Amino acid sequence: MIPLHWFLLVAAGMFCLGLFGVLIRRNVVAILMSIELMLNAVNLNLVAFWRYLAPEHINGQMFAVFVFAVAAAEVSVGLALIISIYRNRDDVNAGDLNLLKW
Amino acid sequence: MNLPTLESINLLAVLPVLIVFGWTLVLLVIDLFIPSGRKYWTAWLGILGLLGAAVALAVRFIDARGAAVTAFDGMLTVDGFSLFLQAIFILTAVIGILLALDFLPRHKIERGEYYILLLFTTGGMMIMSMAADLIVVFLALELLSIPLYILTGFARPRADSEEAAMKYFLLGAFASGFLVFGIALTYGGTGTTSLVGVFNQLAEGEPSRDLALVGMALILVGFGFKVAAVPFHMWTPDVYQGAPTPVTAFMSVGAKAGGFAALMRILIVAMPAVGEAWGMLVAILAMLTMILGNVVAIAQRNIKRMLAYSSIAHAGYILVAVSAAQRPEDAPLAVSAAIFYLLTYAFTNLGAFGVVLAVEREDGSGNLLEDFAGLGRSKPVLAAIMTLFMLSLTGMPVSAGLVGKFFVFQAAINASVGNPWILAAAIVGIVTSVISAFYYIRIILIMYMQEGEPQVVLKPALTVALALTALATLILGIIPAPVFQLAKDALLTLVG
Amino acid sequence: MDSLFALIPLIIVFPFSGVVIGVFFGRRLMPHKDSIGPGLVASILAGASFVIAVLMFIALQGHPEGVEVPLATWMNITAGDRVLDIPWTFKIDTLSSVMMLVVAGVGTLIHIYAIGYMQGDIDEQIAKRGFEGDEAFDFKRRRYSKFFTFFNLFLGSMLVLVTANNYLMMFVGWELVGLCSYLLIGFWFDDPVKGVYNSESGKKAFIVNRIGDFGMLIAIMLIFWTFGTVQFDDVFARAECMQAESQEACLTVSAGEAVHEEAEGEHGEAARPYLTPVALGKIGTVTLGVVVTIITLCLLLGATGKSAQIPLFVWLPDAMAGPTPVSALIHAATMVTAGIYMITRSNVLYAMAPISGTAVAIVGAATALVAGTIAVAQFDIKRVLAYSTISQLGFMIAAVGLGGYVAGIFHLATHAFFKALLFLSAGSVIHGMEHGHHHAAHHGHGGDDPDFDPQDMRYMGGLKDKMPITTWVYIIGSLALAGIPPLAGFWSKDEILLDASLNNQLVYVLLSISAFFTAFYMGRQVFMVFFGRARTEAADHAVESKPMMTTPLIILAALSVLGGLLNLPGLHSLAHWLEHSVAHAHTAEFNISIAAISTLLGLIAIGLSWLLYGRKPVEAGQADPLRSTGPVFTFLNRKWYWDELYDTVFIKPYVWLGEFLAVTIDWKFWHDFVHDRIIGDAFRGWGAILSQPIDQGVVDGAVNGIAQLVDGSSQELRKTQTGYVRNYALAVALGVVLVLGFLAFRFLM
Repeated sequence: MIPLHWFLLVAAGMFCLGLFGVLIRRNVVAILMSIELMLNAVNLNLVAFWRYLAPEHINGQMFAVFVFAVAAAEVSVGLALIISIYRNRDDVNAGDLNLLKW
Repeated sequence: MNLPTLESINLLAVLPVLIVFGWTLVLLVIDLFIPSGRKYWTAWLGILGLLGAAVALAVRFIDARGAAVTAFDGMLTVDGFSLFLQAIFILTAVIGILLALDFLPRHKIERGEYYILLLFTTGGMMIMSMAADLIVVFLALELLSIPLYILTGFARPRADSEEAAMKYFLLGAFASGFLVFGIALTYGGTGTTSLVGVFNQLAEGEPSRDLALVGMALILVGFGFKVAAVPFHMWTPDVYQGAPTPVTAFMSVGAKAGGFAALMRILIVAMPAVGEAWGMLVAILAMLTMILGNVVAIAQRNIKRMLAYSSIAHAGYILVAVSAAQRPEDAPLAVSAAIFYLLTYAFTNLGAFGVVLAVEREDGSGNLLEDFAGLGRSKPVLAAIMTLFMLSLTGMPVSAGLVGKFFVFQAAINASVGNPWILAAAIVGIVTSVISAFYYIRIILIMYMQEGEPQVVLKPALTVALALTALATLILGIIPAPVFQLAKDALLTLVG
Repeated sequence: MDSLFALIPLIIVFPFSGVVIGVFFGRRLMPHKDSIGPGLVASILAGASFVIAVLMFIALQGHPEGVEVPLATWMNITAGDRVLDIPWTFKIDTLSSVMMLVVAGVGTLIHIYAIGYMQGDIDEQIAKRGFEGDEAFDFKRRRYSKFFTFFNLFLGSMLVLVTANNYLMMFVGWELVGLCSYLLIGFWFDDPVKGVYNSESGKKAFIVNRIGDFGMLIAIMLIFWTFGTVQFDDVFARAECMQAESQEACLTVSAGEAVHEEAEGEHGEAARPYLTPVALGKIGTVTLGVVVTIITLCLLLGATGKSAQIPLFVWLPDAMAGPTPVSALIHAATMVTAGIYMITRSNVLYAMAPISGTAVAIVGAATALVAGTIAVAQFDIKRVLAYSTISQLGFMIAAVGLGGYVAGIFHLATHAFFKALLFLSAGSVIHGMEHGHHHAAHHGHGGDDPDFDPQDMRYMGGLKDKMPITTWVYIIGSLALAGIPPLAGFWSKDEILLDASLNNQLVYVLLSISAFFTAFYMGRQVFMVFFGRARTEAADHAVESKPMMTTPLIILAALSVLGGLLNLPGLHSLAHWLEHSVAHAHTAEFNISIAAISTLLGLIAIGLSWLLYGRKPVEAGQADPLRSTGPVFTFLNRKWYWDELYDTVFIKPYVWLGEFLAVTIDWKFWHDFVHDRIIGDAFRGWGAILSQPIDQGVVDGAVNGIAQLVDGSSQELRKTQTGYVRNYALAVALGVVLVLGFLAFRFLM
């Protein structure tokens, strides 16, 4: 069987990739996707932990389900906001969200 | 696996939150039939629901006599701590609705969803205070956050409100990514998501304490974001400035208290075994938070931004109390100090934002410090109330703020024996309190010393809210003992 | 313990309270422009210190073995198996008592003198700058109180130095007096004409002294590693113990239980200390003798810095840029003797390292000779005295190097009297000259010479009739310095020569020659300044100074005459006094032939100077008679080209190296190539965001006061709030990194 830490490494890599995306992408939609990537990394972690450490309880699996349910809710709110902003400005560049500062 | 029984679900124990959610769902339907322009009906009905929840809460409080029970098969804990915090949330929600009542129509953004979203997030906070399982913590956090993202952008299509919402949303989701990653690692380290299980596993040092330690740190980051601790605070000023003022008021108190509720429960109840580690981290965060919040507040010219930094600083003071709870024997005093501080801060800050609301103009301007010039002459009572709030935020005598700070520092100094970090945090807290006087008292000076013609709109609902908060601030400042006794009895317990 | 000893902290409290008063109330003590409030307060406090010193002296009569009075724990650190325990304890014994009396006594007199002198000096500065009215008053008030604040600070620091009971505390005083010296040399750093020179002189003194301090620090660290303590008595007790036992056995020995098997006559049998092995931490193991030799040589380096010996003496002549009371107090009477005091204090160690002792003696004798020859060819009245000071310090160093501690301290005391006297008289002369210069300028006859320098002896002459008191005290001081019996200098110098003749013939010869030069240049100076005819209008119109200045001169003159009584041959009162605290003190019996030779040399030298400068006084514009020696005179006048040598050997290569490192290595290679080409382009974006606000916030804040600090950093920190989501997320991510890093560092590893 594939050892647990391979999963953890992949998950950590995905998480960092998402983190990196949040830091460097300019398009808000891309940032949102990066955040989703981070959450999916967590899901991978959760499921791997569940499978290897505590398969007798369903917690980890359930948690992963909750996480993507919540992620979906987040995305719906996020896309709504993005659309609202796009209507106003014709542009969803995070760098242009710079009205409020200092 | 045992199937849940009626007894293990224990609906009666969580009646308040059920009332809030149930009533909100009903209200969602009712709201459809309320014509626009009369949405204050939704508001009053919402307050009615909250009062119902408050009654249920009071009954529960008398009934329980301090005993703690679980609900939903150990997923929720109903103890003194959660009852106290639920009281704070309900109070905050009521005042939050009162603040919005005439603000929304005045700014032409009156929609019934406002109150409904506010009730949903209140429900999320209430669950947060009871969460006994990391899954519930995550769900409650999202339940709290997502409506707040929307509320922040409620003044759409005003650009600043939209921008604030976008920033809050992106960063909030980003931070919850860290939080949930931390939860996953904790789960990996302990093999369980229930706080009781985490406690047991950590106490036995099994199976992987290091993983749980890293998980703890990431959970701390997630909640650090929610309570606006430095360096996770950057969203706060922008969001507070951009959001509609009643939302800012509500968020600055409710979301912060919600974050602290879960943070304290996880750290203090489930993780005393690694108390030294998180205590030190929290102490450092507290110092950074107090210093940065208080220092940067000085440079602000917009009062909402200034109050945002003030809110960051106050998170620092509460973090001092959290840090002081790292040893189980110090925890009760520190926790009661923290929740008492949250209560005083709730009244004072809601009141202060109420005054800001009164001075704000329809076009969203009127938020600069200069706009308060001359308030002392044109509206002496309002200025006096604002003075009281500012003194309370500074921590001056005859105000709730002093008492709150006093209890926090007392707890910190009590716990600092053999722990220099807490002592350092307490000292930084005292020093920065002095610094904070500069920008709070500057407002008072501007109100009384500078000439100006502020445009004040004071409708009955706002007047009620201001009277309520001012009175509470004053009473808590003069006779704090009964309420503090309640906070002391509100034990944070581990039941499962 | 005599209850009088408990008063000892006051000896430091008084001058330091003067500093506090000076800082906070100094200007208010001066309600109008002629008031002397700050000077008076400072002088009273200095006098109070002197009273304490006298009380200590009295108390010591009953307890000649000395006492230690603990005041506070300074630091207590466990380092490996050693405990570094350094209390602030006052050491009162016969040696420190002598130093206290000299420092506080001479110091008080010079404080009093400075009350009047600085009034005139500051007025002179005000005139140079053309200040008027309130501006002038404010300037005067500021500078007058500042001067006395520094002066009191110096006095307190010097007393810290001499009352310390351990090397580190002594080092504190050592550094503090160095600081005061720097501050006071550059006191007129803003002088419109000589400001740059003044501040450069201050810097020179500071930097040159750093080299000596470096040696001092090395010595202190070695002492700690060898003996496990830095307290004088314990160090010496353990050093003596280690000659007989192993290092481990002695590390717990303290002064009280020391075994005095062989207190006397150490010189002959110094073979044994070379054999005891000493562990020096990770460096390895060497024998005790080697360590002690290194320690004592490092201490010597320290002493050459502070006491202006070869090779570090170059700072002292330039230190004359300070106001004259500073030259008198710090750079003649007290601070510069710190090296002699320190070596005397460490006599036990020097006794164990005969090589170092000889090195000390040679350095001292060579310095005495070199400086003595340079003094012959100088024209600046204070510079002559400065080189004379170096030369006399050389005498003292040579004496202590040969084990003649009593002679060294004796000469230290008498020298303090007559050199302070000479400097203060020189100040009086300068004052008179300036006065005359103004008078002449005012009346429009010849006073407008732009090159006029009130310190240049070539502009003087014939002052004997204008300034009678100054003349007489100056002559007394000169004779004392020249070593003419029965004045103080004769007795102390004779004792040094006697020690030298018994121990080291080379040193004796060198010192005798420098004694000859001493008498010669003092004769030259007296004849050039006071006799003959006035060579300028300024000298013609010079006037005698005020009694406030002349009274201390008269007291010092009396001391210069009577100072020899301290340790007359046959009585040896100072020797008996010091033998309680200086284990290796010894005196030789008076030798008439040595005394006769030195006196004869002195008289011949004075006669020679009379022949050259007195019989036929130098006229205005006439070249110095010694010019006929051609290149020799130039060589001496240019101070053996010592500064030029250092400039070529050290400073130019150093500057070149610095430029090479800065321009080629740092800028061209690291900055242009590595940073910009390789790293910079990749990191510029983040770097700008992170470093700019932090850097600006920190730098700006530190410069301003606390309120401005808070406000400034507030304004700057505010700019971190850039409004970009990306940066906020970055802050969160960095926070995560910090939290995890902290955790990993603290708890996981």
